[in-house]
Amino acid sequence: MDQIVLNHVTKRFTTKTLGTVTAVGDFCLNVKEGECFSFLGPSGCGKTTTLRMIAGFEDLSEGEIYLGGKPMSIRAKNLYVPPEERGLGMVFQAFAVWPHMNIFDNVAFPLKVQKRPRAEIRERVAKALKHCSLDGMENVFPSDLSGGQQQRIALARAIVTNPKVMLLDEPLSNLDPKLRESMSFEIKKLQKEFNFTIIFVTHDQSEAMALSDRMLVMDMGKVVQTGTPTELYNKPVSRFVHSFLGQSNFTDVDIIDGRVYPKGDHSQPLGIAPPAGGVSTMALATRPNTIDINHEEGYQTKVLKRAFLTDFTEYIVAIGNQALRVQTPHRNMFRAGDSCYLRFPNPIWYESGKDAADAERERRTLV
Amino acid sequence: MKMMFHRTNKDLARMDGKKFGVDQIMTVLCFLIMTTVVILPVVMIIYNTFWDGTKLDLDMFARVILREENLEALKNTVIIAIFATLFATIVGVFFAWLLGRSDIPLKGLMRWLFSIPFMIPPFLAAMAWDMMFSGRGGYINRMLMSIFNLKDAPFNINTVAGIIVIEIVYYFPFVYMQVVSALERMDPTLEESARIAGAKQWYVIRKITLPLTIPAISSGTLLVLITSLSNYGIPSMLGYSKNIFTLPTMIVERVNRAGGDFQGIREATALSVVLVIVVSIALFVQRKLLKAGRYDIIKGKSMRPAMIKLRAAKYPLLIFSIIFLVLVVLTPLVIILLVSFLRAYGLPFAFENFSLVNYQKILIGNIAVTDSIKNSLFLGFGSGIVCLFLGVMLSYVIYKVKPKGSGALETLAVLPYSLPGTVMAIGCILAWSGAVFGITLYNTIWIIMVAYIARYLSYTLKSCSASLQQVHLSLEEASRSCGATHMQSLMDITLPLIKPAMVSSFFLVFLPAMRELTTSVLLYGPNSRTLGVQIQQLRVNGYMTQAAALSVVTIAIIMICNGVVKAITKDRKGV
Repeated sequence: MDQIVLNHVTKRFTTKTLGTVTAVGDFCLNVKEGECFSFLGPSGCGKTTTLRMIAGFEDLSEGEIYLGGKPMSIRAKNLYVPPEERGLGMVFQAFAVWPHMNIFDNVAFPLKVQKRPRAEIRERVAKALKHCSLDGMENVFPSDLSGGQQQRIALARAIVTNPKVMLLDEPLSNLDPKLRESMSFEIKKLQKEFNFTIIFVTHDQSEAMALSDRMLVMDMGKVVQTGTPTELYNKPVSRFVHSFLGQSNFTDVDIIDGRVYPKGDHSQPLGIAPPAGGVSTMALATRPNTIDINHEEGYQTKVLKRAFLTDFTEYIVAIGNQALRVQTPHRNMFRAGDSCYLRFPNPIWYESGKDAADAERERRTLV
Repeated sequence: MKMMFHRTNKDLARMDGKKFGVDQIMTVLCFLIMTTVVILPVVMIIYNTFWDGTKLDLDMFARVILREENLEALKNTVIIAIFATLFATIVGVFFAWLLGRSDIPLKGLMRWLFSIPFMIPPFLAAMAWDMMFSGRGGYINRMLMSIFNLKDAPFNINTVAGIIVIEIVYYFPFVYMQVVSALERMDPTLEESARIAGAKQWYVIRKITLPLTIPAISSGTLLVLITSLSNYGIPSMLGYSKNIFTLPTMIVERVNRAGGDFQGIREATALSVVLVIVVSIALFVQRKLLKAGRYDIIKGKSMRPAMIKLRAAKYPLLIFSIIFLVLVVLTPLVIILLVSFLRAYGLPFAFENFSLVNYQKILIGNIAVTDSIKNSLFLGFGSGIVCLFLGVMLSYVIYKVKPKGSGALETLAVLPYSLPGTVMAIGCILAWSGAVFGITLYNTIWIIMVAYIARYLSYTLKSCSASLQQVHLSLEEASRSCGATHMQSLMDITLPLIKPAMVSSFFLVFLPAMRELTTSVLLYGPNSRTLGVQIQQLRVNGYMTQAAALSVVTIAIIMICNGVVKAITKDRKGV
């Protein structure tokens, strides 16, 4: 069964400088029970606004939202269930742990609101705290704790009512990198234990990749692509998705007589098949770590620069009148100025030039 | 700010190679000035209360306290302060929530209305309310009597209850200001996570919003409590005619009755000690009741807080709020303005009764009035400039030079802030009537100047030190590394960086000094009347319409200066 359903959800704001801005436009989504689903996108893309509409903090301009089969927001019928009646769990970026309550009271709050018997509250809080490795700290106040521990309180508070749906609004971005990793691991573990559906909002691609079963990439209020992390990484539908997930090279190429030449060098083809139905100028998208740089075979060129980085060596290589980033393990070394050969397995093609989202981005930055 | 090791400007000064540099001179000056301006008056009060010239004298103190009229004044002071604080807090918090958290329309208008009471001195507001509601003479009372055919005045403001009501409507904006800014800075997800946890709006307000704003509420309450206890303007305007006294008005009454007799002044001094004790107890109790400032509620990304939809309650609340605010904030102003145009007090507000004759009488040829305007301007500018430079020097010494005893220096500078103005004035009378070094400033404008400086120094100190603490030491170090001396660095780097704060802190002193009454009413001499004193005198002598006209002039000056400050601080650069 679909746990979360969004049909044509649209949110428009009117601001003084920009006029009417479509923060979220025609958003459709079905999330299955027990799934971990991520919204990924740069800041201002509308992912948090969408999450807040699911939570009930924002009204919809158009569309409808269902949770667990029940209607929550339906614009056409003017139906709107307030956040407290949606039965969700939610964790915020800034923790939102109440500083005037100790850990026990923070976690017990949702149960106290439900007026549960005292014994039950004590038992369930203890269980939630144990799962978040906070047992024994009931009487400690949040201000005495680190960021990671505070976020654990927020997690415990969110799971204590056993919600079906958990909304995570960039819960890891206020934590340091090491903690981030262990926290995301813990969230996964809790999901297995309590079996809830997760909507996870983040601008960090590696977090989204590591956590989610499926994810979507948003840009300028629109969903650009939905799929599993590997689908999105291997078959990005646009330059934007390609550059947002992992590292990217975009090389402008000319296609002449069925051969592909980099712009600025028509003496030597790249040795790859042109795309079906491709026009004369295209953009070739490659990942720096999939390009094969070797001494024998492929497109012959020169190494411009070499940088020894932690886990790999990075070369800047000339390709026509452009530069290309190539990353390899620390063997097979080239020096700056050396001649080298390049081969391009699984090339991805995009039309060169800007798309609609870029135009909108420019409009907003110009104002 | 954490630093690896503690560097101070002492190290910078040492680089000049001189033993007595700028910093040392400033430090010594600060201690000298604070001793004469603050310690001296306080010591003189204690000395004169318990020492009758030859021996320790506790009898006088006991006698003064136990006198019935003084006990009555003490009782009134406490009752007025408690009720005024309680209700001003409730009203202030209510409006803060409404404007800071709900989607009520017309917030801009309401915010503007809230800024007005800050410009009107309390005694003027009280005078306006007195014109509306004092017994059968009040304009609104008369209007209600004729509309509803009443035999008696429906309201009588010249009572303890009347004073309480006027203090509530005058003081609630102070609580509002504190609380609304806390609400606006509060991380909205703190409330949102409670909604998600299943709590209804009202439950969230009670369990999350209010507890988290307790520190702000508490500091607003404290402000109202102290100002109410030490307020002279409102009880003197409303209570004097009916012999209702509070401690501050009783102190002034003692000094006036004494007519220069030292025993009378000593009794006033004893009452001052009582007032200080009451204020201290209030501070102590307040601190016990509300443990303040334990947590930090400003976190996360700067997001506009989600406004709570009032839905059906929206328009009823809006209408109620606008009517209430217009009534308590605008009507006093309108009444004063209308009265200022009347040919004679008591005439109905009709066009044929209006003229400009009052303005003509006070502004042309009335030397007492024009002198008072000149005096107040002189005092405002003088104390403003002196406080500005003292404030910069003090904050530099306290926060950058950090000599031994800088904590004491800070305490001394902020002490007069919680000391009632009447008490400060008594202290100044005792200190500057030739008792020390034979210097007599009494009856001259300079004694008022000294008192203003002592009272308002803490304003500039706060504003300048807040700004100065943001100027990182490395900025001065960079200047030294470019070859500038310590003095040059101060002049070319530090001072320009805090200039915006300096400008606004000048007005922080100038504005209250312009409308001051509490201190000057005790210190004025025949040639040193201030605007406040002159308005009060006109009123006491029955020239109500002229008092109103002079009030309008005063308010106009204050509003113009306020506009200037806003314009200056709006586009300020730097720290």
